[in-house]
Amino acid sequence: MKVSTYKSNTFILEIFAVLLAVLFLAPFYLVLTNSVKTLKEILLDAASFPQLFHWSNYSDVWKVIDFPQAFMNSLQITAFSVVFIVLFSSMAAYQIVRRPSKFNSFVFLLLISAMIIPFQSLMLQLVRVTSLLELRGELYGIVACYLGFGMPLSVFLFHGFIKTVPLELEEAARVDGSNPYGVFFRIVFPLLMPIMVTVVILNTLWIWNDYLLPVLIIGGNKDLTTLPLAVTKFFGQYTKKWDLALAGLIMAITPILLFFLILQKYIVEGVTAGSVKG
Amino acid sequence: MRHALGIQKGWGQQIVFLGPCLIFFLTIVITPFVLGFYYSSTNWNGLDLDKAVWTGSANWSRILHDENFWNSLYFTLRFTVVSVVIANILALLLAFVLMASLKTKKVLRTVFFMPNVIGGILLGYIWQFIFTKGFATIGDLTNIPFFTLPWLGTPNTGFWGLIIVFVWQTAGYMMVIYIASLAGIPKDLIEAAKIDGARPYQLFKSVYVPLIMPAITICLFLTTSNAFKMFDLNLSLTKGGPGTSTQSLAYNIYSEALINNRYGLGTAKALLFFAAVSIITVTQVIITKRKEVSA
Repeated sequence: MKVSTYKSNTFILEIFAVLLAVLFLAPFYLVLTNSVKTLKEILLDAASFPQLFHWSNYSDVWKVIDFPQAFMNSLQITAFSVVFIVLFSSMAAYQIVRRPSKFNSFVFLLLISAMIIPFQSLMLQLVRVTSLLELRGELYGIVACYLGFGMPLSVFLFHGFIKTVPLELEEAARVDGSNPYGVFFRIVFPLLMPIMVTVVILNTLWIWNDYLLPVLIIGGNKDLTTLPLAVTKFFGQYTKKWDLALAGLIMAITPILLFFLILQKYIVEGVTAGSVKG
Repeated sequence: MRHALGIQKGWGQQIVFLGPCLIFFLTIVITPFVLGFYYSSTNWNGLDLDKAVWTGSANWSRILHDENFWNSLYFTLRFTVVSVVIANILALLLAFVLMASLKTKKVLRTVFFMPNVIGGILLGYIWQFIFTKGFATIGDLTNIPFFTLPWLGTPNTGFWGLIIVFVWQTAGYMMVIYIASLAGIPKDLIEAAKIDGARPYQLFKSVYVPLIMPAITICLFLTTSNAFKMFDLNLSLTKGGPGTSTQSLAYNIYSEALINNRYGLGTAKALLFFAAVSIITVTQVIITKRKEVSA
């Protein structure tokens, strides 16, 4: 049955789609092949396949940007932020759903409305606030910022999901003598798994790739430099060191690409769930 | 006593569950936003943090005569309209193609989605190389005029360069949403329409589009607000150049404050920016929401 539906029309469509995909991938291919050429080779002919793989570009970049350090910074910032976003936003959403007081409904409305505020509309004052609170240049400072910005969408996603969780389980646990915290952490929290995956993925992609907030909050502290910030060093309007710049670029995108390729099923589902709810 | 204890317990839970969320949200988002209303009427320079003198409407009248700001707004509006239209048409096209029973469809979905997982700043750098070196080489080899254009060197090509990269980045994401929506359409509805003799165009216009309207609302909302707020791509690809011809609003605010050290003026622009984003996205959502039907 399946074979018979694969007609010549479908075949033509398939060829068209594959060609388009090749076109989509071409930029990656060009960056990848040129990242193992010498600068001279890149300038002479950026389209040809490298004659000799010039791996030293990578080891040079590794040292110049202190890759392990930048990678660990990105990892730490992202991991801490995502863990606390999941924890705090799920707790808040639970409280808002299970106790719909006027105050809690107002908080929810405030969170949702804040989603429309563009980052540029508050970044300058944020610099002021974070300086006052001595959050700038600190790991906990940038994590605190991501918690604030991550809260609205995450609470919103948990809120929509918790509404569909049946109360009976919680009531049973309560009858069995569990306190509210036990009910949440032992019963409700594990049930939130599907939407938690979405929250983790959306926040991870955004925080890992973020550029402007780290510039503003950790800009001065070189020890906290994230991967996107580190790679920026190689690029100016007239980049001269393309060999290093391209190797740096590949090194910066590899971790998140691997993350995507390994978890792609969940990522695509998470993105879909997130956007339909949002 | 028991009652009092109950209330206390309730308060305890309220504070433990909602407290952390509220603390971070109020400190990081709400406080700075509210402060903006004050700073937008001062001559705050960002350096002397405590010396922000109230200047009344000075910033606002300055913006009124700031050609750069209005050019940025015009550029941003043009960019938003063009990129939203192209990105969504391409995404919808891809979604339809990948709904067909292609053998490579899983791989293709991954490929089209891929640019999205890489941050905007890095995508901009990738394309800086493609435009300045990659295209030039291909142009030399093939003599196709498209590749020999000075891609980041003129206002016009810079505009289209940004469009290309934005569409390349966004289309796959929207495609995923459209696919999910198309997959949710009951098959018998399509069959019925076909039996009634609907032509492909009629089928598309009268059956598919109304049924995927919720997805259209979301995709238009996401692309509109992302395009209107474009910053990372702008910074890494053209830096607003040549001159300030491809400067997005977000970039204009950034450079006003962090390059010219006029934080007060930047804050005033940022408030206008917020107003513009709200008006545009809310209007768009209201308009497309009205067109939603249920199957």
